[in-house]
Amino acid sequence: MDLRKMLFAGASAMALAAGGAAADPVTVGMITTLSGGGAGLGVDVRDGFQLALAMSGSDAVRLVVEDDGQRPEQAVQIADRMIQSERADILTGIIWSNLAMAVVPSVTAQDVIYISPNAGPSPLAGANCHPNYFNAAWQNDMLHEAAGAYANTLGYTNTFIMAPNYPAGTDALTGFKRRYQGTIAGELYTQLGQTDYAAEIAQIRASGADSIFMFLPGGMGISFMRQYAQSGVDLPIVSAAFTFSQDMLPAVGEAALGVYNTGQWSPDLDNAANAAFVAAFREAYGRTPSLYASQGYDTANLILSALAAADVDDRDAFRAALRAANFDSVRGDFAFANNQHPIQDVYIRQVAEVDGQITNRLVGLAIEDYVDPYAAQCPMQ
Amino acid sequence: MTLALLLEQVLNGLQFGLMLFLMSAGLTLVFGVMGLINLAHGSLYMIGAFVCAVAAAATGNFWLGLAAGMAAAAAAGALIEIVVIRRLYDRDHLDQVLATFALILILSEGTKILFGPFPLYLNVPPILRGTVNLGLTDYPLYRLALIGFGIAVAVGLWALIARTRLGIRIRAGENDREMIAALGVNIRALYTVVFALGAGLAGMAGALVGAVQSVQVGMGEPVLILAFVVIVIGGIGSIKGAMVGALLVGVIDTMGRFLLPRVFATFMEASQASGVGAALASMLIYVLMALVLVLKPRGLYPLHG
Repeated sequence: MDLRKMLFAGASAMALAAGGAAADPVTVGMITTLSGGGAGLGVDVRDGFQLALAMSGSDAVRLVVEDDGQRPEQAVQIADRMIQSERADILTGIIWSNLAMAVVPSVTAQDVIYISPNAGPSPLAGANCHPNYFNAAWQNDMLHEAAGAYANTLGYTNTFIMAPNYPAGTDALTGFKRRYQGTIAGELYTQLGQTDYAAEIAQIRASGADSIFMFLPGGMGISFMRQYAQSGVDLPIVSAAFTFSQDMLPAVGEAALGVYNTGQWSPDLDNAANAAFVAAFREAYGRTPSLYASQGYDTANLILSALAAADVDDRDAFRAALRAANFDSVRGDFAFANNQHPIQDVYIRQVAEVDGQITNRLVGLAIEDYVDPYAAQCPMQ
Repeated sequence: MTLALLLEQVLNGLQFGLMLFLMSAGLTLVFGVMGLINLAHGSLYMIGAFVCAVAAAATGNFWLGLAAGMAAAAAAGALIEIVVIRRLYDRDHLDQVLATFALILILSEGTKILFGPFPLYLNVPPILRGTVNLGLTDYPLYRLALIGFGIAVAVGLWALIARTRLGIRIRAGENDREMIAALGVNIRALYTVVFALGAGLAGMAGALVGAVQSVQVGMGEPVLILAFVVIVIGGIGSIKGAMVGALLVGVIDTMGRFLLPRVFATFMEASQASGVGAALASMLIYVLMALVLVLKPRGLYPLHG
C-alpha cells in the first residue's frame, strides 16, 4: 500500500515536472498471479504488459499491479479496491478462469472495462457476453480444439484426456473433443493446483491409450511431466501451448522434447511486430518470452491503441476504439468477433532444442481464422 | 479394471499415507505432550523442502540436501519453540492458533523474500530413478523407496518412544506433566526436544515429497489440513493413531479419486461422471472424519482411555 502510494506520488511528481501538459494518465489495474505454482504465468503477463508500455514511450497509462495468490476471494477484494480507491477505469491481468468468473461479471456491471490477457471461460463468451468485457487472448476452447484436430492428423485413435476440475479445464476437454474423431481411452478431472499425479499416471498406464492429451498449466504441468518422465509410461503427448510454454520448459527439460502443442503464437512466428517483441523481451528480461508474455504485450498495445483514439471517460467511443483492435499484434492478424473474443489463426508448435535452449518452434497451421463456437450465442452484434 | 492397476493405486495410497504419517506424527506428539495446537507445522515442512532443494542444488547430492533439510527444520522448530511457543503453553488454544497462524504468514513471506515466488525443483537422486518391475506392473522406484523410508521411520519412532529414556519421558509428559516436572525432569528442555523432533519429521517429509512434486511457498498448508484430519481420526496425541489415520486417509483419498468417477460412469455420461466423481472424491476423507467422530468422538486410539 505504502509502496504504491510512493510510486504514485513519484509518477505524479514526474508528470508535473514534465510540464503538466499531458492529460492525467488512465489507471489500469492488473490483478494477476505472482506467487505459488501459477506465478510463472502472471509474471510473464505483467512483464509483457510493462514492456509494451515502456516501448511505446507513452505516459497515457498508470499501471497498478497486485498479486491474487491464485485465490478467487483475494482477486475479488483487489478488484473492489482498485475500482473504489484507485479509481481504475480498466482492469486486466487475471490468469485463472475460476478467478475470472468471480471477478469479471461484477467489474463489467460497474461500467469498468475488463480486458482479459489470459482466461477465456465459455460462460463469458456466449449468452453472457458483455460490452465491457474484451478478451485479448482466446476463448478457452480454442487451442484445445485445435489440439483435437491435430490429434487426428497425427493418427491418434485412442487418447487419454485430462484437465483440472475448474472452468478452463472443462472447456479444455470440451474443446478437445469437438474435432477429435478417435475414441476416448479415459477422461479425468484433477484438482486445481494438484502436485501429485501418481494416481492419474497409474490409470494412464492401465488404459491402453495410444496417446495423451492434457491441459495442466504452470506448476501442475511441471509436476506431471517430471513424474511422467519417471513413471516408465512412454505414450506420445499432444497438448495446447499452456502445458508446454516457455515459463515451464526449463523446469521440465528434455522430457518435453518433441511434444506437439497448439498456440496462437510462437516465439519464431514470422512478422515484424513479433520480431521486435521477442528481441526487446530478451533484451529487457534476459529470457525468451512465453505465450503469456505475448498476450500481456498485446493487451497493453490494444489498450494504448484505444486510448490514442478515444477518451476512456466516453465509454461508447472507447469501447468502439477497443473493438477496432487497431494495433500490430505479435500473432499477426487479429480482429474481434461479435462477442469481443479474438478471431485468429491457431498454429502447431513443437518443443525443440534451438541454440542450446529448449523452446517451441512452428511446424504448421492448425486452424485458420478461428471463431469460437460460443460467439453465435452472444446477442451483441 | 485390472489387478495391476489396483496394486499400483494401493501402493500410491500407501506412499501418500506414509508421507502424511511423517507430517502428523510431529503434530500429534506436540499436541499430546504439550497440549499445543501448532498451525505452523506446515511451514516446517516447507522449510525442509526449500533447504533440501537449495542444498541439493549447491552440493549436487540429494542425501546431503535431505540431511540439511531435516536439520534446518529441526533447528527452526527449536528456535520457534524457544522464542514463541514457550510463552503459549499456559494460554488457551485460541491464542495458540492465533500466534501459530501468524507464524505461517511470517514464514511464508520470509521464504518468498529469500527464495523468490517461483517453485524450485528438486531432482530424484540418480540411484532411485526409473521404475522397478513388480511382476504385475512397473512402479517408480523412488515412490517405492518412499514407502520403505516411511516404514523405517515409523519403526524408529516406535522404538524411540517405547524403548528409550527420552521415550519414557515423552509418554510421562503426555500423562502428567506436573508430576514429571516434580520428579526432576527438565520439562522445558523436553518440550524443546519434542518440538524439534516433530519439526525434523515434517522437514523430512517436505524434502522427500519435494523431489516428486514442486517446492513452493504455501506447499505445507494443504498437507497440514490433511495432517489435522489424520490426527483427529487417529486420536489426538497417539502415534499409533497417527499411523492408522494416515494410512486410512492416504489409501481412501487415492482410491476415491480413482474409483468414484468409475462408479458414477456406470450410470452417467463419462465426462459428467469424472467431474462429479472428482468433486466427491475430494470430500471423501472429511466424510470419513465425520463418521469416525460420530462413532468414536475421541478418535480411533484415544490417548487417555
